[in-house]
Amino acid sequence: MKKDDALLAYVTRLGDNALILGQRMIEVVTLYPELEEELANANLSLDYIGQARLFYTYAGKLEGKDRDEDDFAFLREGNEYRHVLLVEQPNGHFGDMMARQFLFESFYLLQLEAIEQCSDSSVAEIAARAVKEIRYHLRHVSQWVVRLGDGTDASHARMQRSIEDLWQFTGELLAADEIDDLFHEKFNGPDLNAIRDQWHSNVANVLKQATLEKPGDDWMASGGKQGRHSEHLGYLLAEMQYLQRTHPGANW
Amino acid sequence: MVKNRPSVGALLDSATRGTEMNSKEWPLYEVFIRSKSGLSHRHAGSLHAADDQMALDHARDTYTRRSEGVSLWVVRSSEIVASDPAETAAFFEPAEDKIYRHPTFYEIPDGVENL
Amino acid sequence: MYTQGLDQKGQSNEKRSALESAADLEAFQKRIDAEEKIEAKDWMPEAYRRTLVRQISQHAHSEIIGMQPEGNWLTRAPTLKRKAILLAKVQDEAGHGLYLYSAGETLGTSRDEMVGDLLTGKAKYSSIFNYPTLTWADIGAIGWLVDGAAIMNQIPLCRCSFGPYARAMVRVCKEESFHQRQGFDIMYELSRGTEAQKAMLQDAMNRWWWPSLMMFGPNDSDSRHSAQSMAWKIKRFSNDELRQKFIDATVPQADFLGLQIPDDDLEFDKKTGHYRFGEIDWSEFISVIAGNGPCNKQRMARRRKAHDDGAWVREAALAYGEKQAERRSAA
Repeated sequence: MKKDDALLAYVTRLGDNALILGQRMIEVVTLYPELEEELANANLSLDYIGQARLFYTYAGKLEGKDRDEDDFAFLREGNEYRHVLLVEQPNGHFGDMMARQFLFESFYLLQLEAIEQCSDSSVAEIAARAVKEIRYHLRHVSQWVVRLGDGTDASHARMQRSIEDLWQFTGELLAADEIDDLFHEKFNGPDLNAIRDQWHSNVANVLKQATLEKPGDDWMASGGKQGRHSEHLGYLLAEMQYLQRTHPGANW
Repeated sequence: MVKNRPSVGALLDSATRGTEMNSKEWPLYEVFIRSKSGLSHRHAGSLHAADDQMALDHARDTYTRRSEGVSLWVVRSSEIVASDPAETAAFFEPAEDKIYRHPTFYEIPDGVENL
Repeated sequence: MYTQGLDQKGQSNEKRSALESAADLEAFQKRIDAEEKIEAKDWMPEAYRRTLVRQISQHAHSEIIGMQPEGNWLTRAPTLKRKAILLAKVQDEAGHGLYLYSAGETLGTSRDEMVGDLLTGKAKYSSIFNYPTLTWADIGAIGWLVDGAAIMNQIPLCRCSFGPYARAMVRVCKEESFHQRQGFDIMYELSRGTEAQKAMLQDAMNRWWWPSLMMFGPNDSDSRHSAQSMAWKIKRFSNDELRQKFIDATVPQADFLGLQIPDDDLEFDKKTGHYRFGEIDWSEFISVIAGNGPCNKQRMARRRKAHDDGAWVREAALAYGEKQAERRSAA
């Protein structure tokens, strides 16, 4: 694979992760447990939509085929999205959502910090902005994992289950494929070997504070980064893309 | 010290029962914002939170979305000690007739400078 | 200040309110007439306090319920930019609800009590949010018409006699004008679009025009609470006055968009300088307020579900907070 193709693919993945997770979070508007949490989660979702727009716009520029952020978001087929399986998992209850975000953002923050140092200045710049946002996110969701893990017996049980159910999707975050390797070698991008250890250590810390058990690493799901998604994605995209598909070429 | 935890099934059941169990509210906090360096913190409103860190985060999300702040204070409403409005007269009026506390009370003779 | 703790400590206010002599009421009215602001722990007639609790909590409930019809198109917003803007707007609405519950709590009621009344159906919220958002154009119509009507109501409230409510309204009004412009922007884009988009636009107009006029409430002659509210400067303009102002401002905007207003009796009166308009179907208004609008049950069900589903989370957070406090004091 050519190094420029790897860069384009890597940037698109970043956009996809942000868009799909943002969309999942938006589905839950008006259903959060308290009014103040509605405001908090809206801020977090807005950060993700903003990041998706920046990554996609840059991807369009790299591609050079005149595709803009909305072309990437609304006009691709399911197997063209390259986000990790973790972010497309359905929302479940509030504990599931906090677990999903905690596990993903524990990785995403480390990934962004590394991208800030990479040799492509455009994606490094986007990462520099995103890092500030995700630092706040991670503190927020980690606090929730701790509150729910160390709250009531009922919340503890639920949170333990959430972490265990989602654990199978964490392997994909930390397993390098060809594109990860190329981005690391040619652009001084993130080294997933280093990130893996740090991720395990950070996650273990928070789970300990939350009085939760860290699951063992059994079988891990994968395929998202290669465009092989779960059945959930079709429904998510059908909803998200509906207007653009129904009114091709219209302006909004 | 290990607590004997009930079975996961029983706990998950009890967690779904909802409102019967929940009658306690998150405590009320008052929010103060310093909008710019050099200005004082001003009272902006209130919100509910379960702990101090949550209160700070919520204050940030509720009151500073349009870059309205450089510093936030949150205080549990129950910690605020306020003057009693019923005692307003006794509390504040005695100051009103002590006008000699204001510089404008004093007439400076002509010709005197720097006073 | 605004604490319930202080409610328990300061008894002299309660004693005075129980008596409510003519002298007290007169002194209070004098303050109102002098445009003084009444603050949370000042002496006030019980009826003034009750009216405000009712009005403020209704206003707060409206903001929260209002998130639903607009939130309905968040996952289907047609571009990333529109998605972000709509989300920011819906977030603002949550924030407005919060400022208003906050103002309500200064009057000795709690958020839980106010929300409890909403969930049991005892408390009302604005009729407009019981209508469905069936197309993307509805989102534009809500921003343009519904927020436009809300602004008409809210600007005078910035000068309401009760301090915490007035201050909350100042905050709300600052944010609200973005909401209306966002709505108009959506309508404008559609008006210059495909035939299908233009048809979508007119259809939304047909469905949202009359309910928006109903937002201003019954005709002055049928309005029960108005006179006392005006005397106490809680209400500063009458329903009919505000409704007329809204129509006068909005019809030219509709003309600009190339929209037909679904009112055959609408006509500009050169003598008065105002638009004459048709008779509102008050039976529809009454029916919707009574709980029989298209979406009442759905709106309440969703709000109740959020509340019930979230109970374990709220409890857990409290439990954790208490454990933290214990650990700190033990340390």
